[in-house]
Amino acid sequence: MSDKTLLEVTDLVRYFPFREIQGLRMVKASVRAVDGISFSVQEGQTLGLVGESGCGKSTTSRLVTRLDTPTSGKIVFEGRDITTLKESQLRDIRRDIQMIFQDPYSSLNPRHTIGSILTTPLKVHGLHKGREKQRVKELLELVGLNPEHINRYPSEFSGGQRQRIGIARALAVEPKLIIADEPVSALDVSIQAQVMNLLAKLRDELGLAFIFVAHDLGVVRHFCDQVAVMYLGKIVEYGDKRNIYERPEHPYTQALLSAAPDINVARGVPPRERIRLVGDVPSPIDPPSGCRFRTRCWKAQELCATEEPPLVESTNAHLPIQGRENGLHLQACHFPEIKPALVAEVPA
Amino acid sequence: MSAAIADQIPNTAGEAHNNGDVVLDVKDLTVSFPTEEGLVRAVSNLTYQARLGRTLAIVGESGSGKSVSSMAVLGLHNMKRTRITGSIMLDGEQLVGASRSTFQRIRSDKVAMVFQDPQSSLHPFYKIGDQIAEAYRTHHKVSRAVASKRAVEMLDLVGIPNPQRRAKQYPHEFSGGMRQRAMIALGLVNNPKLLIADEPTTALDVTVQAQILDLINDLRKEFGSAVVLITHDLAVVAETADDIVVMYAGRGVEKGDAKEVLARPAHPYTYGLLQSLPSHSEELEELKAIKGAPPSLLNLPPGCSFHPRCAFKDLVGERCWTELPEWRPAPGINNRLIRCHLEDPVGTIAADEEASR
Amino acid sequence: MLTYILRRLGLAFTVLMATLVSAFLLFFAGPADPAQAMCPEQRCSPARLAQIRESLGLDRPLPVQFTEYFSGLFVGRDIPYAGDTIHCSAPCLGMSFLTKRPVSEEIFSRFPATVLLTAGVVVIMVIVGVLIGVLASTVRGTALDRILIGGSQVFGAIPYYVMALIFALYTTRFHSIFPQAGSMSEGLLNFLPGLIAPWLILGLVSATGYTRYTRNSMLDSLSMDYVRTARSKGITERKVVGKHALRAALSPVVTILGLDIAALLSGTLVTERIFEIDGIGKLSLDALGRDDLPIILGTVLVTAVIVVTMNLIVDIAYSFVDPRVRLS
Repeated sequence: MSDKTLLEVTDLVRYFPFREIQGLRMVKASVRAVDGISFSVQEGQTLGLVGESGCGKSTTSRLVTRLDTPTSGKIVFEGRDITTLKESQLRDIRRDIQMIFQDPYSSLNPRHTIGSILTTPLKVHGLHKGREKQRVKELLELVGLNPEHINRYPSEFSGGQRQRIGIARALAVEPKLIIADEPVSALDVSIQAQVMNLLAKLRDELGLAFIFVAHDLGVVRHFCDQVAVMYLGKIVEYGDKRNIYERPEHPYTQALLSAAPDINVARGVPPRERIRLVGDVPSPIDPPSGCRFRTRCWKAQELCATEEPPLVESTNAHLPIQGRENGLHLQACHFPEIKPALVAEVPA
Repeated sequence: MSAAIADQIPNTAGEAHNNGDVVLDVKDLTVSFPTEEGLVRAVSNLTYQARLGRTLAIVGESGSGKSVSSMAVLGLHNMKRTRITGSIMLDGEQLVGASRSTFQRIRSDKVAMVFQDPQSSLHPFYKIGDQIAEAYRTHHKVSRAVASKRAVEMLDLVGIPNPQRRAKQYPHEFSGGMRQRAMIALGLVNNPKLLIADEPTTALDVTVQAQILDLINDLRKEFGSAVVLITHDLAVVAETADDIVVMYAGRGVEKGDAKEVLARPAHPYTYGLLQSLPSHSEELEELKAIKGAPPSLLNLPPGCSFHPRCAFKDLVGERCWTELPEWRPAPGINNRLIRCHLEDPVGTIAADEEASR
Repeated sequence: MLTYILRRLGLAFTVLMATLVSAFLLFFAGPADPAQAMCPEQRCSPARLAQIRESLGLDRPLPVQFTEYFSGLFVGRDIPYAGDTIHCSAPCLGMSFLTKRPVSEEIFSRFPATVLLTAGVVVIMVIVGVLIGVLASTVRGTALDRILIGGSQVFGAIPYYVMALIFALYTTRFHSIFPQAGSMSEGLLNFLPGLIAPWLILGLVSATGYTRYTRNSMLDSLSMDYVRTARSKGITERKVVGKHALRAALSPVVTILGLDIAALLSGTLVTERIFEIDGIGKLSLDALGRDDLPIILGTVLVTAVIVVTMNLIVDIAYSFVDPRVRLS
């Protein structure tokens, strides 16, 4: 991992406006899917985006890949502002930033052979001219598929193999950053591990940077260097994985971590204190004033309704953790507090 | 016969804590679907029991037969296109080969089901209260008003605020978690002895998932009914289940006390599943994946279905691919049944776990 | 809900206005010369033609003609013709060049015949179509299913006019199985028996589409999770199919039904011609043959009103059928 910043996102906002009739008037409103988030990804680094449905993590990944255009904010990739580039100017970006999707069934065209699915991106970007087929075979080998299957159709592969094809397609153009949107959540447990291992191998061998969008906290913890926790279009806590998992300060992060069932209970680890969140996530059309989490937060006070807590450096950020230099730790709560007991620690 | 041995040791876990009557007794259940390409054997010789006041987890990956077997309990398959043999005794009544009217009588009254996706499992055109009341009126001769009142009570019971008003709303006016609560209210309205929950939290967010699992647990304690929890999520099992059946390619491969099985697996498949989890405490190492993929149910491998993926098959050799392992007690562990040829599965697995550290 | 209807009404009005303007331009600025049509055996001197044009007001500028026509729609107007003045009350659609009667009278006198024809057809079409469709869906994959669906495909594939013509010849001309059409002016009892034959044939042919549509829609809804939920409540299979599955399957059927009624009402040309029913279809067909522009324009406008109204009814009906639509 180098210290060279690959992607820098600042104050990213995406509203989806719509019109609604109230009485006899047409009222303009908008879904505030992403509402002012900032993060950065270094070369070769992996950032995990976690949060529940509607938190804006998928919108964020669409914005970063510029499949969608932000309402405001700034996306800088390798020092170049790509926020408002037109489709015709995005050619390089399309090559440098690739996506892996959740559903390996619907993201591959069933009428094309694997060979043609993987050759297309090469031809579009004019790569490996004259030896495309050779390159496709190399790619298949790289993701652990039999290169002789080049003429088969997606339907002839299992779910895990299709996800490998999706990965090969993303790698075909030799990207620098891969956005993986729930890449393993549609796969069976035993296959998930295979695909996760493949992604880790590729990351290490090819020096790829990842933005890894997932709801499975265990998978994110395993794979990512840094984690950003999102709630209702905002980042509520952001930092090095250890800080987020071992000493979370934001109540929502704590609730999220404590809600995930823990396999270690079976090994005699006492069940950790569970924070039971009440109710559901409010509508992103009309989010709560001040702190967006306050309607479900057990610590909420008057201040939380009136003033939005900014994402600031944790007061504990400079305390070393287990003798190791502590890294990035930002959080957005008026009353942050470490609750380490929330996360069961078991020697492996 | 596998069933014969399973008979002798009814439910291994049950023996230890025999604190509940058997409400569902499944023996040697085989479910297959004739298709153009051949016979799909979705469930083969499955045997398990569910007891009042306990939660039995049926664990497996897609295609393991975990859902198919429980659909058979409610007779929800297309009878013309499904072959079911073996025995399903629900509260003393044989359900294999039972008539449609028998199933209509027991559904919701004795056994209810909560499905994975609450969004699609509720009828979009009927009010929530009416959908619940309909289930009540089907099994109780009461007026509409009484049934509606019962529906509101049920919504209240599952923790839906403002149940009076909510009962008059349609499913699309509910959030995902609320819908699943409503599904549970619908399932429990006739106070059935058995609740089958098929991946009840898979479609829900993590924080809501915890609420629903807690709710199912609380209600089981309150009503003393039996719960069969069908899931792929071993962590959910660890926190909620008493007993467990692990399924692979249509067959049960390991049975016993849920926590013990997860803590000390005795079957290579169970062990492989646990090893492949990105457990919270292990970081950045390579995950220990099970190699290969599950077999086609059209064409199961001979012998043990798991042998092509098994890490220990060489320790046994030929028997693994020629002879189907029968149920047997796992040596060295009480109340545990496995289908595996390994001479000392517990020791083999422990040694492997030690070596991989 | 009210705003939903108001918005739909506004849209309907816009569509009607657009139809009016474009139809007017198309017909009155078009190549047809009604003056020519009004000459006995098409032999008039140019002077006589000019005289006819003047008396019909066709020599005046188009905007003037349009303004007159437009205001006539709402307040009626007096139309001068050959020294006389014919009063045409609102909604005035002009005067027939041939019969010299107001177009609205011509249309409305024939309207009941067409409405009665259509109504009977719709009843047969829906009942037969939906019943057979539901039946086919419950016996999916069996021989009966294939017979019902195959039969409906064959029946629906034969061109309607061929079938209707043969049917009419055999059942009303060669053999008097069904009575021939009487005239509406001789009373309803005299008229209705003549509709039995067209009701049957048009109803059954139209039902074939509904059979297949209902079957597919039912198969969709029968495979839905909520139908499985309904079954798991222990209710009878008849209730599962007839209540839970059918309710969901019918909502898309309602949508096409509304549009089909509109199409039937405005598309009875062939049926009315074959069975000699004096309805709107026959009126417009006759008018087309004789360049009777006001009648043609009038029938186009009335048809547009019917289509737009049916659309409106469908939209509103749909919001009652599907609670999810009510909010938006």
